[in-house]
Amino acid sequence: MNEPTTTPALSRRDFLKTAGCLSIGFSFACHPLSAAPQPPLQDSLPGPLRQQPQINAWLEVLENGRVRVLTGKLELGQGIRTAIAQVAAEELDMDSNHVEVHLAETGRTPHEGYTAGSGSIENSAMSVRYAAAAARQKLLALAAQRWNKPVEQLRLADGKIEGGKDQLTFAQLLNGTQLTDEVRLPVTLKPKSEYRWVGKAVPRADIEKMVRAEPVYVQDLRLPGMVHARVVRPLAYGARLRSFDEAALKKAVPGILKTVINGNFVGIITTEEYEAVQAQLMAREQTKWETTKPLPDNQNLAEFIKKLPSKSRTVKETGDVKTLESSGGSSLKARYFKPYHMHGSIGPSCAVALYQDGKLHIWTHSQGVYPLQEAVKKMLNLPTEAVHVVGVPGSGCYGHNGADDVAADAALLAMAYPGKPVRLQWSRDDEHGWEPYGSAMQMEAEARLDASGKITHWRYDVWTDSHSTRPGGEPGNLLAARSIEKPFSQPSSGYSGGGYRNSEPYYAIPNLKVDAHFFEGPLRVSALRSLGAYGNVFAIESFMDELAEKAGKDPLEFRLRHLEDERAIAVVKKLQELTRSEKGKPGEGIGYAFSRYKNVATYCAVAARVLADPKTSKVQVLKMWSVIDAGEVINLDGVKNQTEGGMIQAASWTLKEEVQFDKQHVSSRDWSSYPIFRFSDVPETEVVVINRPDEKPLGAGEAAQGPTAAALVNAIYRACGQRIRHLPVRLDRRE
Amino acid sequence: MKARLTIEVNQKRHTVEVDPATPLLYVLRNNLQLNGPKYGCGLEQCGACMVLLDGKATPSCLLPVETSIGKAIVTLEGLTQPGGKLHPVQRAFVEQQAAQCGYCLNGMVISAVSLLTEQKHPDETAIRKGMERVLCRCGTQSRILRAIRQAANESNP
Ligand code: FES
Ligand code: FES
Repeated sequence: MNEPTTTPALSRRDFLKTAGCLSIGFSFACHPLSAAPQPPLQDSLPGPLRQQPQINAWLEVLENGRVRVLTGKLELGQGIRTAIAQVAAEELDMDSNHVEVHLAETGRTPHEGYTAGSGSIENSAMSVRYAAAAARQKLLALAAQRWNKPVEQLRLADGKIEGGKDQLTFAQLLNGTQLTDEVRLPVTLKPKSEYRWVGKAVPRADIEKMVRAEPVYVQDLRLPGMVHARVVRPLAYGARLRSFDEAALKKAVPGILKTVINGNFVGIITTEEYEAVQAQLMAREQTKWETTKPLPDNQNLAEFIKKLPSKSRTVKETGDVKTLESSGGSSLKARYFKPYHMHGSIGPSCAVALYQDGKLHIWTHSQGVYPLQEAVKKMLNLPTEAVHVVGVPGSGCYGHNGADDVAADAALLAMAYPGKPVRLQWSRDDEHGWEPYGSAMQMEAEARLDASGKITHWRYDVWTDSHSTRPGGEPGNLLAARSIEKPFSQPSSGYSGGGYRNSEPYYAIPNLKVDAHFFEGPLRVSALRSLGAYGNVFAIESFMDELAEKAGKDPLEFRLRHLEDERAIAVVKKLQELTRSEKGKPGEGIGYAFSRYKNVATYCAVAARVLADPKTSKVQVLKMWSVIDAGEVINLDGVKNQTEGGMIQAASWTLKEEVQFDKQHVSSRDWSSYPIFRFSDVPETEVVVINRPDEKPLGAGEAAQGPTAAALVNAIYRACGQRIRHLPVRLDRRE
Repeated sequence: MKARLTIEVNQKRHTVEVDPATPLLYVLRNNLQLNGPKYGCGLEQCGACMVLLDGKATPSCLLPVETSIGKAIVTLEGLTQPGGKLHPVQRAFVEQQAAQCGYCLNGMVISAVSLLTEQKHPDETAIRKGMERVLCRCGTQSRILRAIRQAANESNP
């Protein structure tokens, strides 16, 4: 790429001369000259853009008439690539198919932390929107100067600028340079009334690639000279390697190129993949480990986690909750539990690494290429520039699965076998047994209702482990770094905030206290879709139904009486309308739940119709509805797809899933010891999206998790009178 | 011990030099460089590795390559016509946008093709039964069901 030549100083002059209005590079107010329609002005730039303000950090003009957008986020099946292309295409008046998206890569794309927390639309897509809008202004200004015409006579048309008979492609106009101006407020965005792409159900182009079996995933990478590898994980957390018979293994399996033993880390590199598979199985048999601390008895996990030493903090306190016992009316108390859940990606984690000429390249489906670079560099004691991390999509991960770990494993192997790309594929057993799970949680709620059926007091306690132990630049969060000869120790507690996510009810309650208690539990944990919100909303929204019954009110009316936010009321009312005519057959029940994700983001109300038979203990989910308000919709079908998927996945968690372990280690090691939903379990789904073009766009991928759990147990209660407070749902469990 | 074997994949004969016990999946992915069949569990539990073996959806992750000699193997790649035209099931998946991460898609499409070959008009129960072996973690199943219904209607009106 040529050195860019357009400088802010130049653009300032151009703008003053031609447009009379500055939109980029400077920070004084812009008053559009023409009246119709008024373009929106914004008062703050998205965070990532503030940190990396140059237009060309986000957007490049290509010779072939296309535009390439750079994002620090990774495609995880959430359709972010398409959403980002739509946003850029909109501001640049292009066909969204002519916008390429370059996903996370160190040294190439902006540093945007993790692709997590439903933040990609809010941060990355919005940064791209502003960068593209700034680019538009700049391109118009350059063309205006070149042709000596006022900007008002020019228009953008799919990668070109036209002004009467004059016409230039973006690339011609820039003549080999890129736009290096900084995006500064105010930025004039395209008026939403003129949108062609944003808000529409634009089909994802990658789905066609997938059905055509084109290479899409990190698993599909085939680099010249690539060799295969497997790792041999210990018998248990913290187990120490006693003996490994390399000679016997080499004799039994031909094609072993190298075995890598580094402390308690064991890896095998082979020519053929099947040789690595055989070597892994054999090595698992013959390797001897010394285990240290046994795991606790899994039998009564709910009680066990409550008794662990914990650190407490008050999340919220209003009014005077001490009067709960002494006030009039009636009161209710209940306790809920969710077990450890797995991410359970269908494709186990995979990475390719190559150490060559003093540089380590890693191809990974990690959700954070920069934090991984930082952690790996520390683990291997390499300078930052010597570690190059490229994000490539993998199987859906729904949070922090084995992606970072397998990348660190592959890095260790590549360092030990320089010059060849090493492809490491975790086995199903590796992924099930070693991924960090979503924490088990215990929730206790107590409330008082006054004579009119209004909640006056609310007390809530949640016991939880951390919900994020992502590498975040810390090698101690990577399995490999913990097991090498000079091990890094695991930082004690991750971002514990995730545990009390949505622990505060989104209802108007005068006297309220919410406390969170953080323990360090027996299993490895980290971020799983929606973090603590799943457990908390399950508890709160189950409890709301129990309170509604106590108050003698309809569950939706009861919620509406306690809601004050118009958008919250709108989703609940829409759900009410959607399910009003539903008549359940005998044995069936409909349940509802609502939450606003993180209490500041997406609104989501869910209904479920189930058939529950206490005689056979069988629960069948027949249909699920969701009404969702994620603010301004970027891709309508994307929001629907994520919400349908969220409901089905959370229904599977709720009805079927629980990570099992014995004294030694996790015993849920495949799909028969950790069953998830299959086709016979899956409900029909229906999603209604409330689009609010004038509100901030929000991520939609995590909003349905919590409400789904509660809607299901509420429906089961209506179907058969059994109140489920302990997950997964077992009608034959005595609670 | 490696041996020279000839298998028929997507209507072409391929000679490979592999250990005859190698599961077909690795031969397809590594020797023939096909992307369709995916590794998911290696235990015949998830269906990510499905191929059509003489027209029937079969997991390839444990199947020794030597037992597939003489059978017609079709992968996801092989469903597309030489000119690039999609199979009706592939088209229905695109039209219904029936994927999130898409990792399960191979098993889904292959199983649906197999099902619709056996039963022209499967009812809801038959569809679910035919698809039961394939797992999807993204929760795309309700869309996949729609895609299969669409493909059934279009290919067997
Ligand atoms: S990979 Fe073959 S069934 Fe899972
Ligand atoms: S779409 Fe991701 S596993 Fe099915």
